[in-house]
Amino acid sequence: MSEIAVKTFDQWREVARCALVAGSDPAAIDLQDGWQSQTILPLAGNTASSFLAEMPIQQATSDFKVPRSFLKLARYVACHRVVDRWNLLYRLLWRLTHAEPQLLEISTDDDVYLARKWERQVRRDTHKMKAFVRFRRCIQEDREWFVAWYRSDHRVVRLVAPFFADRFASMHWTILTPDESLCWDLHELRFGPGAPRSSAPNRDDLEAMWKSYYASTFNPARIKLNAMNAEMPRRYWPTLPETEIIDDLLANAPRRVAEMTKESTRCSRPASHESPVDS
Amino acid sequence: MDVRNKLEILADAAKYDASCASSGSKRKGGAGLGNSTGVGLCHSYTPDGRCVSLLKILLTNYCIYDCRFCVNRVSSSTPRARFTVDEVVRLTIDFYKRNYIEGLFLSSGIIRSPDYTMEQLVEVARRLRLEQGFRGYIHLKAIPLAAEELIVAAGHWADRLSANIELPRQSDLQQLAPDKKRIDIEQTMAQVRGHVDEAQSERRRFHKAPPFAPAGQSTQMVIGATRSTDTDILRTSAELYTKYRLRRVYYSAFSPIPHADSRLPAKSPPLLREHRLYQADWLMRFYGFEATEIVTPKAPNLDLNLDPKHAWALRNRGLFPVDVNKADREMLLRVPGIGTRNVARILKLRMHRAIRLKDLSRLRVALKRAKPFLVTADHNPAVFLLDSERLQKRTQAGERQLLLFDAAKEATTGEF
Repeated sequence: MSEIAVKTFDQWREVARCALVAGSDPAAIDLQDGWQSQTILPLAGNTASSFLAEMPIQQATSDFKVPRSFLKLARYVACHRVVDRWNLLYRLLWRLTHAEPQLLEISTDDDVYLARKWERQVRRDTHKMKAFVRFRRCIQEDREWFVAWYRSDHRVVRLVAPFFADRFASMHWTILTPDESLCWDLHELRFGPGAPRSSAPNRDDLEAMWKSYYASTFNPARIKLNAMNAEMPRRYWPTLPETEIIDDLLANAPRRVAEMTKESTRCSRPASHESPVDS
Repeated sequence: MDVRNKLEILADAAKYDASCASSGSKRKGGAGLGNSTGVGLCHSYTPDGRCVSLLKILLTNYCIYDCRFCVNRVSSSTPRARFTVDEVVRLTIDFYKRNYIEGLFLSSGIIRSPDYTMEQLVEVARRLRLEQGFRGYIHLKAIPLAAEELIVAAGHWADRLSANIELPRQSDLQQLAPDKKRIDIEQTMAQVRGHVDEAQSERRRFHKAPPFAPAGQSTQMVIGATRSTDTDILRTSAELYTKYRLRRVYYSAFSPIPHADSRLPAKSPPLLREHRLYQADWLMRFYGFEATEIVTPKAPNLDLNLDPKHAWALRNRGLFPVDVNKADREMLLRVPGIGTRNVARILKLRMHRAIRLKDLSRLRVALKRAKPFLVTADHNPAVFLLDSERLQKRTQAGERQLLLFDAAKEATTGEF
């Protein structure tokens, strides 16, 4: 069996294309997680580039038809941290090109089921990253710069990069993660190495205002902790400043509700019909 | 009063409006600040399980009206505040730049007149778009009785407009919101619909035609503050969906408020009823049900112990069991425990293989509920329960679990 360490989707695509041309059955090839083998198994198998260097030249011209939906699926699955993802993708590719072109429609097939599950997890992770990144404002070289540190479940930085570049195109910003960093200078996106949390600013004065908003928009009369925890699991809390006040909000909720239900109208001080003029 | 104090008062006053949607509008980023991708994002969740997507505030909670269910009515002794237009613009931009929010949902108490109030809301949106180049999401309240040209201006800047229907029937309004009339609220909805339709047909002809409230309009109904039945509520919703092409009707369980009027129920909000209404609403919009199938003259209120589709199936056992390998889409949609997405998956899957119970469990169909109503390619012993008196009991156990763990997910995905 040949063992090849793969890190990125593009590498996997090259390797898979060559293996397909060579007619390598999925059982005869082991595509390992390049991120793992880098640290744990430095000598196991080939790297993708050494494998490609040994392949015959004809590969470049070969062409395989797979449904567009497979490529979309594969791009997401590729960002999952699960070690077996590259093998699963190759198995799917093999089956799609060997008599099962409709395979993806069989959603209960073992391989399809697993791939869809991993895809869903990565999709959710990109969604959460778009939502939960919190920028902190700082001044660098006399200009406003927004910096965030974020830990994602999967390797989704490159998937979410275009979103942030489009949304915050008019700001200077940096997103640091343990995997890699992402930086926008009004013109282009640059990727850099991962960074620890300590390299990001540790405060932003506006966070007090944000917490006030969070506290005020909370309705103590309808507590649904399961719903909150399902959508905002605790592992995200360390980088969400508003979560620092959740315990206090919950502790005070019963008292606030009791006060509201006890109180009847006294109508002591009706508001005037006119509000004060803008100051 | 500083901005933070105002924010506390005016966010607190705005939180009874349930809508926090930020989807359905696309604005490309690049120039200016922000974008709208068409997919809403929830940036946080509060311990009440609701999402925080927009900065949801009132411009002011001074109000000339005296709606009994509202914390901001003129006769309430709640603390009052008023933002300046500038303060709202700055707060929105500051929050947006830190990725706290998708945009702004701005409402207001009625000050001086509906026209004056609407003008102020429009001014905030105009300044955000023109002076700040803001391309994030803006939801504005459309104030009934405001002049049509102000509604036109609002729709020009905003992604969504909403005029609240407030209560299910005109008689409820008479009782609790004496200053409001159903006919005035509907007139504003009709104006919004007219301009949305017009802008859409323009855009089909000229790609560059300006949009008008591209995320459409929605409304909100407070439930449980009066005696109106679920039949009244669903009938009103069905009517509003067809007449004004609303994107959503939000149901807000009447929640005790500070400084409450003594005529109101002082008890915890009917959250389960609200949940059942959302399920019924989904049945009407995505599952092909009519309001009259969901509630009947004999049972004018939804059963709190059963999801409304399940309740309908139990009343109509003669139509079951349904063969999952042969039934058409319309009938599959009516099987309890199978959602719209799974119906689509089943239709595809069965072109390639005969569907068995194991397949359904892999699709995460709520099998306990669904099984007695289905014929599969393999032996399904549960189908014999269909004629049993115990059917409701046997399938309801699953229901209980659903309530404990899945209610929130269901409410967001609409799958049940």
